[in-house]
Amino acid sequence: MADLSDQAIFEKVRSIIVEQLGVEENAVALETSFEALNADSLDIVELIMALEETFGMEIPDEDAEKILTVGAAVEYIKANS
Amino acid sequence: MFLENRVALVTGASQGIGRAIALTVAKHGAVVAVNYYPGQSDQAALVVEEIEKAGGRAFSVAADVSKKSDVEEMVDAVVKRSGSLDILINNAGITRDQLLLRMKDQDWEAVLATNLNGVFYCTRSALKWMLKSRWGRVVSLASVVGVTGNAGQANYGASKAGIIGFTKCVAREVASRGINVNAVAPGYIRTEMTDRISPQAREELQGRIPLGRIGTPEDVAGAVVFLVSPGADYITGQVLHVDGGMAI
Repeated sequence: MADLSDQAIFEKVRSIIVEQLGVEENAVALETSFEALNADSLDIVELIMALEETFGMEIPDEDAEKILTVGAAVEYIKANS
Repeated sequence: MFLENRVALVTGASQGIGRAIALTVAKHGAVVAVNYYPGQSDQAALVVEEIEKAGGRAFSVAADVSKKSDVEEMVDAVVKRSGSLDILINNAGITRDQLLLRMKDQDWEAVLATNLNGVFYCTRSALKWMLKSRWGRVVSLASVVGVTGNAGQANYGASKAGIIGFTKCVAREVASRGINVNAVAPGYIRTEMTDRISPQAREELQGRIPLGRIGTPEDVAGAVVFLVSPGADYITGQVLHVDGGMAI
């Protein structure tokens, strides 16, 4: 996963969010917060798990807590995968 | 055949109540994964055979539910083989009866490890798959002992009361995802586990049961299957007593 461009990571993250939260693709931008997408705590847990599975990484709770926007998720994946 | 196309995992299904549950769930159309404790493969094979003879589908899978890695492997194997995991029956359980003052550390730990940790590991693993399909049914076997207590079973009672608290919490967590989580609390049921009670104790027991008899594994299986049937779609976080009225 090391060679995935920012855009590629964003697109993967976006498709996971679209599937998980049932929102439209154009509702998901880098600045979009998960709160704004009406994700409840279980949604967030499922999202984190889906990200872990898709990008082959483990995201500890302390880190997961800080991922509040789509952009933060992309940054985290870039930095840790 | 209201469980047609569902995949069910029943832990501790090589004998007793687990076996009766596996047979009943299979009768209603589910593919049943018959989990057995390592060493009980012959008994588990018999259960699978009985299900298949009756026209159902089943396979056996070994796991010591007190071990996280066993459980994770088991759940992965079930999903790999059957495509999903829709129904989890947490039935595996043991007793190590002793008055508290004489109870050894390992007898406390072993019962909690199998009965309560097992429910934790199995439910956590299974939920992952149920969340994906936005449908699931989890039924755990508690016990009248976890509600009213019984001398000599502090470990067993604690584990079963623990299952009740666990059931209520998890039911709240996943209700929004179409997953119902309930418990069944059997009273005294005639099985390998209770066969070890002395005849006098058994008679005394029967006297305390309003319905006047000791229960059968089929009595319990009936309640479990109800909880995973469409008739129980609006039921979650509950403890259904199947004890002949012992605890009213």
